Amino acid sequence: MPNTYTLIASNTVGSGGAASVTFSSIPATYTDLLLNISARSDQSGVNRSFKVQPNATDITAKRLGAEQSPMITYSDSGISLYLPGTGATASTFGNTYTYISNYASSTTYKSLSADSVNENNGTDSGLMLLAGLYSSNTAITSLVCTINAGNFVQYSTFYLYGIKNS
Amino acid sequence: MTTAIEINCTTGEVSERQLTTAELAQREADAQAYADQKAADDKAAADKAAARQAVYAKLGLTADEIAALAD
Repeated sequence: MPNTYTLIASNTVGSGGAASVTFSSIPATYTDLLLNISARSDQSGVNRSFKVQPNATDITAKRLGAEQSPMITYSDSGISLYLPGTGATASTFGNTYTYISNYASSTTYKSLSADSVNENNGTDSGLMLLAGLYSSNTAITSLVCTINAGNFVQYSTFYLYGIKNS
Repeated sequence: MTTAIEINCTTGEVSERQLTTAELAQREADAQAYADQKAADDKAAADKAAARQAVYAKLGLTADEIAALAD
């Protein structure tokens, strides 16, 4: 990883699980942000979802997704990303990278991209590519990761990096 | 248990609390929205697969030929 990447903060979920993980008071001293998540849900099924919200606000997004069926595209509000549920291979965790450009700008909307995969050693699995827009000139000072039901299980990890362009 | 974890990136302080009533309600709404979206996604995918299969059938392809096209 380039030395322009700086770990801002991280968290590993403890034994009780967590319904949401929030990075607050993000310093405005970087150019971009990268949020790296490894997580699993305690809910039934193979493909579960969670969302990431800048400043606790839903974004608009265009998603390209695939499970075991043909690939599909759709638009939505919010940012639904994949993680495995209890129906997925035991002890597997999904990976999600979310990149946010110019997050500290107070004059422009902020674009973001994400790729999310649901790990599973079986016929059903999931992949999501997402292009999103936070339609606000407000600088992003927090990121809220919320699972739609149940909890992120123990050992789910959340790493927030700041990236400088110089 | 529905715990919310907050990491203050400036101070490094990590705090935990229970979700508020409003947050729990929002979560339930999100769960329903996800279920609805997933049902729509699954139907769209199934419809697309069925439409593709119908085209293959019109073309008179064998099962092996269809499998080769799908790879």
